[in-house]
Amino acid sequence: MEEKGKHHFGYLTYILVWLTLVAFTALTVTVAGVSLGKYTLLIALLIAAVKSALVINIFMHIKFDEPIFKVFLGLSGFTLIVIFILTFVDFLYR
Amino acid sequence: MTDQMETSSNSGNAHIENHRDDIGAKMGMWLFLFTEVLLFGGMFLIYAVYRYKYPDQFHIAAMELNTNIGTLNTIILLTSSLTVAISISALQKGSRIISLIMLSATLLFAIMFLINKYFEWATKFEHGIYPGSKVLLNKPNGQILFFGLYFVMTGLHALHVVIGMVILTFMLVFILRKSVTSDNYVKLENSGLYWHLVDLIWIFLFPLFYLIQ
Repeated sequence: MEEKGKHHFGYLTYILVWLTLVAFTALTVTVAGVSLGKYTLLIALLIAAVKSALVINIFMHIKFDEPIFKVFLGLSGFTLIVIFILTFVDFLYR
Repeated sequence: MTDQMETSSNSGNAHIENHRDDIGAKMGMWLFLFTEVLLFGGMFLIYAVYRYKYPDQFHIAAMELNTNIGTLNTIILLTSSLTVAISISALQKGSRIISLIMLSATLLFAIMFLINKYFEWATKFEHGIYPGSKVLLNKPNGQILFFGLYFVMTGLHALHVVIGMVILTFMLVFILRKSVTSDNYVKLENSGLYWHLVDLIWIFLFPLFYLIQ
């Protein structure tokens, strides 16, 4: 318990994560140039989600912080998903 | 939950005389980030509905955007996230100088981001595309909506970059004045969290606006 919030990533970890993020950016730009029809948006959002997960877990340190912060984040993500679903249900079936 | 948090906060600051609640401070920051996620989330919701309604118009309008500047700004922001993360890590390890250099680098990247944004918007204005312009209002509804969302969302994001720069400048001064130190760094951590959030929002703005082909 004492180690909570005290865990430090090394510089190398941060640099590797940054390289991965840049690689994913290159990937998403490349994929956007290829015509994949309706999957283009899905792939772009998937890559954005993976990049976000890296930023939140490593850069924002949530992996080694108080569990309650994860609850906050989960709650805000869940709220957003509910709002999106409800809006689209209303929009599509009105 | 409260018990557990008190224990870890006490163990963290046991050797410090003044009363501080670092975990409470960070919790406040995360709650604030929660409201930021919902603020931008509302805009992404509007974007989603209108993109669904006008897919072709969104594609045509997005052709106007400069993918190269967008990609460059993405890499600049990702790098600024790296430097701020290293800055925090360095201060925690006691290397003040590295921390200061990395924080300054972050500010430099932020300025580069805004300069690119300036040129990007300036080009749009030259082409007569700005909110309420004649050129824009003569376009079909879907395109007007696309550019409206583009200006509001990237504009609000740029405002966040400016606010982030102000906060990080304060941190630079605090580190120089030694009120933020290797055992009292929660302010720098919270500023870092804000900066990463700005990066996170851009991670979604970029493909949604610049990568519609």
